[in-house]
Amino acid sequence: MMLWANTNLHFVLVGTTLFGFSAGVLGCFAFLRKRSLIGDALAHAALPGVCIAYLLTGTKVQGVLILGALGSGLIASYILNAIVRHSRIKEDAAIGLVLSVFFGIGIMLLTHIQHLPMGNQSGLDKFLFGQAASLIGKDLYLFGGLAAAVITVTFLAYKEFKVIAFDPGYAETIGIPVRRMDVLLTLLIVTVVTAGLQAVGVVLMAAMLITPAAAARQWTNQLWRMLLLAGIFGAVAGSAGAIASAVAPRMPTGPWIVMAITAIFVVSIVFAPQRGILARVLRQFRNATRIQQENVLKTLYRLMEDAPQSTPTVDMVRRYRHLSIRRTLHLLKRLQRMGFVSEGTRPEEWLLTADGRTRAEALVRRHRLWEVYLTQYLQLGKGHVHADAEEIEHVLTPELEQELEALLGYPVQDPHARPIPYSRDGGPK
Amino acid sequence: MTTEAAIAVRDLTVAYHRRPVLWDVSSNFPAGHLIGIIGPNGAGKSTLIKAIMGLVPVASGEVRILGDTLKRQRHLLGYVPQRSSVDWDFPTNALDVVLMGRYGKFPLFRRPGKKDRAIAMECLEKLGMSSYADRQISQLSGGQQQRVFLARALAQDAEVYLMDEPFAGVDAATEQAIIVLLRELREKGKTVIVVHHDLQTAADYFDWVALLNLRIIACGPIDQTFTAENLRATYGGRLNLLTAIGEELSK
Repeated sequence: MMLWANTNLHFVLVGTTLFGFSAGVLGCFAFLRKRSLIGDALAHAALPGVCIAYLLTGTKVQGVLILGALGSGLIASYILNAIVRHSRIKEDAAIGLVLSVFFGIGIMLLTHIQHLPMGNQSGLDKFLFGQAASLIGKDLYLFGGLAAAVITVTFLAYKEFKVIAFDPGYAETIGIPVRRMDVLLTLLIVTVVTAGLQAVGVVLMAAMLITPAAAARQWTNQLWRMLLLAGIFGAVAGSAGAIASAVAPRMPTGPWIVMAITAIFVVSIVFAPQRGILARVLRQFRNATRIQQENVLKTLYRLMEDAPQSTPTVDMVRRYRHLSIRRTLHLLKRLQRMGFVSEGTRPEEWLLTADGRTRAEALVRRHRLWEVYLTQYLQLGKGHVHADAEEIEHVLTPELEQELEALLGYPVQDPHARPIPYSRDGGPK
Repeated sequence: MTTEAAIAVRDLTVAYHRRPVLWDVSSNFPAGHLIGIIGPNGAGKSTLIKAIMGLVPVASGEVRILGDTLKRQRHLLGYVPQRSSVDWDFPTNALDVVLMGRYGKFPLFRRPGKKDRAIAMECLEKLGMSSYADRQISQLSGGQQQRVFLARALAQDAEVYLMDEPFAGVDAATEQAIIVLLRELREKGKTVIVVHHDLQTAADYFDWVALLNLRIIACGPIDQTFTAENLRATYGGRLNLLTAIGEELSK
């Protein structure tokens, strides 16, 4: 491929991948500590630092500019802390204040630089939205070093960061220096943010800290896996940005990187096995089907209770539950496969099997027990208890049912004077 | 043994934004007892144990733990915060949370090892939670989460335990498990201080109580302290004066 001939792309690719990985890992702790937006503030705050470093030294040497960014980032985080500690302004408002004032100063300085002779060649505007293609080999050593340092420190301080993110108060009581570790975390964030300035730019930096963490959380319930996944997601997004930048060199890279990581995020939100939207919809759907099946069982029981001589038909069940014939038949067939119902002697007739009767009795028992409970303990009129019991009967666990039975003293009738069916081994003792 | 104070609090005053929430609290919590801190909502019960643990800034006063300062004796304290104080949707399992109880035993940047995992497992076992060790913590019931928190404090192997409302909103089985554990700790000569707001059960659970409502109303063995008069003073009307002065001070 043509692109591989471009040796600079190799540098850029390695650089952005390293940056993406370390941003993803670090972002997890900020995310879990509920401090995601700190990264945003620190990134915006880097801009005036970069400009001042350029104005003072007149060079574009990466190391110098990064020192400037580091400096103003740290000042911003110090001010942020001071506002929260010494006034009644809350952290979210303080972040907004600090972010906008630093960014405002940054833009003023940037405009000033661009009006200087030679200033428009400074290329500082690339720090706004990122231009990965402007990275060169020399920069790579710097970024590589920064990324490696971030990953090493995170690895070493894993246990401290973990307990602080989960329960900072407790962490303090077991003697972990919470405040110093928070400073360390802020330092690491500032470092990774400045490392990524050229690739992503200050404006969109927050996405590289927050989005990989949010996406990774979807897939796992273990912290170390989340860190690893977030790192990989960040790396993928970073390299996608590098490639986009090589294909369209005049485009800023930041937006591409953000698009890539957002795509990963959307996939995670929708398709993740347990926490994903799709999984949830499926669970709800299965649950709804289960409830409908249980309702059909219960209806057969009720129909036979009211008219013990006749056999219930599909049409009777359908009318009782307000279901379509197709749906009713479908549910009955499923119940038949599970061994709870069988077809009667004449067409359209359905009967409960012994297993089905036990299941239906359990449901009816829970329903009626709950009705008794509501009328006795919540003093509800008996006209108001049916609808509630319709829901509760599907969620009551056997343990709760036993507790309810004991509490009510094994009543024989529900408030509507219908008998409460007890199983042979259960019932009053 | 019972005369030695596990925790001695002298003239402790704590204020939030200049509004005092604890006024000049002085009391001795004797070692080897099961102690309840009892009082109505907003009486400063949680604040008192947080102040003992150094989690809230103290305006004035002194706290001594087994005869020495908090700084030197921190490792002897085990803390059980309120269950609602953390976000349970954290990516970790029950065993890992209990393992956090061991974190204070290592220097910075060192990890707990096999032995600590065994201890953590033992602590889960003691609370009847060993079969939930691998369970993601958000999937535990409220009572189970509370038991995990207790197991974590247990893993610290402390001398004095401070617990913030461990009985709040737990099921009957958990309540039973907790009370058995507390008595066991007392048998072993540990001191357990529990913030509690249910008067009905307090007399069964504790052998020593501190009645608190912004100030200490009474502190001593339960049969002498838990009197109708003291309870009226703790829960009844005339404290509004302190609150009103507090409001004034905060302006």
